[in-house]
Amino acid sequence: MRGSEEKRVTVFKGIGVSPGIAIGKAYVLDHLDAKISRYKLDDSKLVTREIERFGEALKESERQLLKIKKELSDYEGIESLYIIDVHIMILKDKMLTSNTVRNIKDKYVNSEWALRMTIDKYKEIFDMVADDYLRERISDVEYVGQRILRNLAGKKRETISDIGEDVVIIARDLSPTDTAQMKVERVLGFATDIGGKTSHTAIVARSIEIPAVVGLKRIVREVRTDDEVIVDGIAGLIIVNPDPEMLRRYEDKKKHYHIIEESLLEYAGLPALTKDNYKVEIGANIEFVEEIPSAVAHGADGVGLFRTEYIYVNRERLPTEEEHFSSYKSVIEGKGIGVSTIRTFDLGGDKFFSDPGLICEMNPQMGLRAIRFCLKEVDSFKVQLRAILRASVFGKTRILFPMISGVGEFRDTKRIFNEVKNDLLAEGIPIAEDIELGIMIEIPSAVMVADELAREADFFSIGTNDLIQYTLAIDRINEQVSYLYEPLHPAVLKLIRRVVDAGHRAGIKVAMCGEMAGEPVYTMILLGLELDELSMNPLAIPRVKKIIRGLTLRESKELLEKVTTFPTAAEIERFVRSYMTQRFPEDFLTNEQ
Amino acid sequence: MGDTIETKTLTIENELGLHARAAAMLASESGRFKSKIFFERDGMEIDGKSLLEILTLACPKGSRITIRAEGEDARDAIEGLGKLIEDKFGEN
Repeated sequence: MRGSEEKRVTVFKGIGVSPGIAIGKAYVLDHLDAKISRYKLDDSKLVTREIERFGEALKESERQLLKIKKELSDYEGIESLYIIDVHIMILKDKMLTSNTVRNIKDKYVNSEWALRMTIDKYKEIFDMVADDYLRERISDVEYVGQRILRNLAGKKRETISDIGEDVVIIARDLSPTDTAQMKVERVLGFATDIGGKTSHTAIVARSIEIPAVVGLKRIVREVRTDDEVIVDGIAGLIIVNPDPEMLRRYEDKKKHYHIIEESLLEYAGLPALTKDNYKVEIGANIEFVEEIPSAVAHGADGVGLFRTEYIYVNRERLPTEEEHFSSYKSVIEGKGIGVSTIRTFDLGGDKFFSDPGLICEMNPQMGLRAIRFCLKEVDSFKVQLRAILRASVFGKTRILFPMISGVGEFRDTKRIFNEVKNDLLAEGIPIAEDIELGIMIEIPSAVMVADELAREADFFSIGTNDLIQYTLAIDRINEQVSYLYEPLHPAVLKLIRRVVDAGHRAGIKVAMCGEMAGEPVYTMILLGLELDELSMNPLAIPRVKKIIRGLTLRESKELLEKVTTFPTAAEIERFVRSYMTQRFPEDFLTNEQ
Repeated sequence: MGDTIETKTLTIENELGLHARAAAMLASESGRFKSKIFFERDGMEIDGKSLLEILTLACPKGSRITIRAEGEDARDAIEGLGKLIEDKFGEN
């Protein structure tokens, strides 16, 4: 077999979306075998048995293929059968077998991993083929590989199942289904071909505090399972097969990064209070109950956004009311947490494109998702609302409804909420009396009718990710246009201001829970806009607090007034960045490297 | 009879080149012989009995490959494999 035997150092540049440094083995993720782990065989006896296990899986695969062939031959023309013969030949190909067995022997790894290494290597060779049709033949190899893997899974031995190794996940993109299936504690970092700061990969990485680099374009094709990789989430780099010198430098950097984080943690426990005594509430955006300790440790006053989609993923059926309830109860009664903001079902859109159970929409971002889906699927919406209401007696609760486009939708939502509430009261089930109902402001139409909405809602929370995307008409995961995703676009600033003003006129609080809220470069601008609450990924809190504590509201307003005279997003961004860099040199200089 | 080494260079003439089925036929044909069989194209040489390896050779229509057989039935092997390629694997 060809393919480079000696390891070459390769560096890929992408977008760092979650800070930190990770060093470890690559695992190239394919959608069909997301559950494969790497296990070290620590005994030569295990190697022999592992090779036997691989042999058995090969035999079983062949038996299955012959059976399929026989079944097909009963009613199909001979023509379509040859491909099964091809697959059987690949299965029995001595190179496939000998390479995999060699991997097991030389690397002391389990059959699954060894087979993946073999297939990845062939993939690399096929990728270089110029002829489209011939290059596509790798799919036959992969098909056979998947069959063997399935048969291996059926014969998994328990003795090695618990000692999986930590890996860096390399993928084209990660969907919630992918991440839900992973043992997250085994994941050191992410590197993906596509995506941006707000894609799912980025959000998950930040929430579990591991480094991630996205938008690498060709990483899946270039990296093989078992390659040594460094993920530099600060600089947005992936280094494959680093030389020892480089490895040492990065081990150092990794340590350094942790020291910086430690020094920032002293701000975690302090209130987000400006020098002129303007207090900003700091919320944490979380999606797993397990994140609450980290949110509290990093200084969150409350949960500003609890994403509930993860209760739904990776299931055969819809979650029961009890499953919802136990999840919300854990959040609402969470230690050290003030208010808990539960966002209802945001299913649909980019977050669920990989769910095979859903009808494929041409334009899912503007399709049947979030509150639209809930108002259509009222029964399952009511299950969620019942659970939230029941959990509300365990602590101060807010409910946030996503994708509200106007007053009508919000009234429909409240009507359903009241039905659920009355049902519970009729059943004698206690619920809190001070539950607040909020609107997620993320559609431009909601901004335009913010005054009317403010009269009907208890609070607003601005979801900047979608608001920016809908306002500027750009698909944030489309790399062709992602450069237009500009949080400081004059239009975006005007919209935010309009929402804040409308909210304050009606006497309600206005929060921001989009990614923008946790970006320290924007902190002064957001303060100048007089947002009452900023909710962000917990890791971002200490630095944002540090910045808030180092400035005044007056100064922030002046900066905002200054930049709103600029006509373009680029000018505003440039000005704000250089202002922040001068104002807080130790917080921004290091990030730009 | 001792070991002999035979070689022959041919052009792949069938429309899709060495696609899956053609490659499979070549690999099976090679497998019938005791000789070691190698295919070479553009300086890359692979094991002629491995379908996977033949596929990685990626021969579109018009590519020239050299068959090399080493062993007691080398001559028969070259003849059998050559005929398969010349017959365009029975296509058309």
